[in-house]
Amino acid sequence: MAAAASLANPTTFASSLPRGHHHQASASVSTFSFSNSRKQRSFKSLISQSILASNSPVACHTSIVSAATSDSSSSGSATSFHGLCYVVGDNIDTDQIIPAEYLTLVPSKPDEYKKLGSYALIGLPASYETRFVEPGEYQSKYSIIIGGDNFGCGSSREHAPVALGAAGVAAVVAESYARIFFRNSVATGEVYPLESEGRICEECKTGDTVTIELAQSLLINHTTGKEYKLKPIGDAGPVIEAGGIFAYARKAGMIPA
Amino acid sequence: MSTPCSISSGSSSFFNKISQKDGGQYAQPSFAITISKQKQASRKIVSIMTPQTSERKPSTTGSVKTGMTMTEKIFSRASEKSHLIPGENVWVNVDTLMTHDVCGPGAIGVFKKEFGNNAKVWDREKIVIIPDHYIFTSDERANRNVDILRDFSNEQNIKYFYDITDRGNFKANPDYKGVCHIALAQEGHCRPGEILLGTDSHTCTAGAFGQFATGIGNTDAGFVLGTGKLLLKVPPTLRFVMDGEMPDYLLAKDLILQIIGEISVSGATYKAMEFVGTTVESLSMEERMTLCNMVVEAGGKNGIVPADATTFKYLEDKTSMPYEPVYSDDQARFLSEYRIDVTKLEPLVAKPHSPDNRALARECKDVKLDRVYIGSCTGGKTEDFLAAARVFLASGGNGKVKVPTFIVPATQKVWMDLYTLPVPGSGGKTCSQIFEQAGCDSPRSPSCGACVGGPLDNYARMNEPQVCLSTTNRNFPGRMGHKAGQIYLASPYTAAASALTGFVTDPRVFLH
Repeated sequence: MAAAASLANPTTFASSLPRGHHHQASASVSTFSFSNSRKQRSFKSLISQSILASNSPVACHTSIVSAATSDSSSSGSATSFHGLCYVVGDNIDTDQIIPAEYLTLVPSKPDEYKKLGSYALIGLPASYETRFVEPGEYQSKYSIIIGGDNFGCGSSREHAPVALGAAGVAAVVAESYARIFFRNSVATGEVYPLESEGRICEECKTGDTVTIELAQSLLINHTTGKEYKLKPIGDAGPVIEAGGIFAYARKAGMIPA
Repeated sequence: MSTPCSISSGSSSFFNKISQKDGGQYAQPSFAITISKQKQASRKIVSIMTPQTSERKPSTTGSVKTGMTMTEKIFSRASEKSHLIPGENVWVNVDTLMTHDVCGPGAIGVFKKEFGNNAKVWDREKIVIIPDHYIFTSDERANRNVDILRDFSNEQNIKYFYDITDRGNFKANPDYKGVCHIALAQEGHCRPGEILLGTDSHTCTAGAFGQFATGIGNTDAGFVLGTGKLLLKVPPTLRFVMDGEMPDYLLAKDLILQIIGEISVSGATYKAMEFVGTTVESLSMEERMTLCNMVVEAGGKNGIVPADATTFKYLEDKTSMPYEPVYSDDQARFLSEYRIDVTKLEPLVAKPHSPDNRALARECKDVKLDRVYIGSCTGGKTEDFLAAARVFLASGGNGKVKVPTFIVPATQKVWMDLYTLPVPGSGGKTCSQIFEQAGCDSPRSPSCGACVGGPLDNYARMNEPQVCLSTTNRNFPGRMGHKAGQIYLASPYTAAASALTGFVTDPRVFLH
């Protein structure tokens, strides 16, 4: 899937990881993890790997897979994201993330999933001069979104976190989230919905290079040299770690493995 | 964000927040202890009269029981736990799952992928599938999505699949329903005390029936399709007490715009919004649905109105399923309580581009409109059109709309009502006759239509950067189609009055 494209663009590693199709993706993810330093692994790879582990116990546990799983169980989420950020304001609603005319695309169909990525944040008003996804592209060069209050308000469309994930977003950092967007992000494992302690969106600019250290709940803006505290992911952590609600429920014995 | 300073300061005298936010109170053990002492005293007497025969878990004895809100009680029953407090995550048994053509295909995709191609849904009688969003369109993918719903419903023998079969010239098969939230109510799928989940944020509309109803995503819906369960967090409750006789120029839409303007578009995030008081008791079911419909615009998880005689009467000829209403205890804990004197409210609008950008309709009288839209799950019910017709009648019968005015009934049943029900005080005229006389576009076949934007050929979609006054629920940038369009949200009274003048207009101009 997206692995080839990603290797050509190592700075936005997050966009390289296949999303939304964990089962098909697992092989390519493991391969990809090998070729990258531990620091560059996104939570996405953890998800795929833990699904791999829970679904097929006979699957070969490479050292990197075991390292990832033990990391995640010991320290919560030992993962970091690094890339360019795209900054938005308050109340970015689902119509701005993915307008209704594109909702005929069905996220569970791989080719349509990919197309959803190309329309991510296309509903932002003209006041946003920098486009999130360039015309003709399927993915964005920005792997981290920084927003204000009430990110993802509006519709229950799961197309919203899916479009962001498909566009290559690893994490959103916002002051707060609308409930259903947060829930859909966790349930799908598409993007990591992180909360900031203050209004980071007023201090970061689109195009800044940032790193998120999950374990320390920290966002570092390398362009400005500033660091920001994030809120711990909390209850959602185990679900994301398990690989979304299905993997979590299988692990807990709710549904057969 | 929007802060309508002048309005909110003016309104504070009749909109009082009683208890301040107290996030920590649920964690305080002192409260539980006080209550439990009282309960223990009464339990002693009971145990002398009827000796305990079977083992009871401590949680069922009442010794740890405190008051619960109706939302907490519904969660409690659905999770088979005797007592819950806000913040707890519990697996609930779902009574009804609703999906439609926008999110159904994705939910079905998740179900197939996770449970297998040959998997069966958990209960074919508890799933309701209603194509309603992109119906009258030549968009191939939109039509394919309805086909996916049909194939799945046939394969799984889904009992309640409300198909659309004839798509030519805005015409539909007679048993086509229309906008899911209104169809759910009209077909008897909304019942007090139950849990209704739907792949649409306005699923909260059904809280009008005293049930827990909320919107979920495709993945959660795929999970429910297979298991009939979902992990949900028990929300704390904000209580809104609305008292006083409803003035005859206000509708429930004004009440909810007032509340959203007060608490903001994120004021109820993760929370339940319970509506009580003499005003709420006087509201019809359709008006209660309007109230609950827009709680998601305040970020609310669910809206809820206690079931009463009005509810039972509405349900009489719609369902034969047994249901059990629940009510908030006297000692139930609410995060905050707001009191609203309804008699002092005035007709409102939400200005672009946020549902909490509240203003008085009369303050916006200089805003020139390009079009008016009356429809959707919020403002496209029979009573919404009767209200609009009342304003057209009050204009003297000769009043003509000054801007294109689009009429989209929520469901086929509402459409029929427009053509058959006599409007009170009109000498037997129907809504459709009154609308035609006023120069409105003729009522179109039901669907979510232009409320959500949708495919480019959707009827009444805003394809130009126009100014629209609408009875719908959202006015975010691009909502009805064009990114630079401006949407004013208002009641059907205000919509009809504004159509007659071509400017945002307080309906009292015609009603008095």
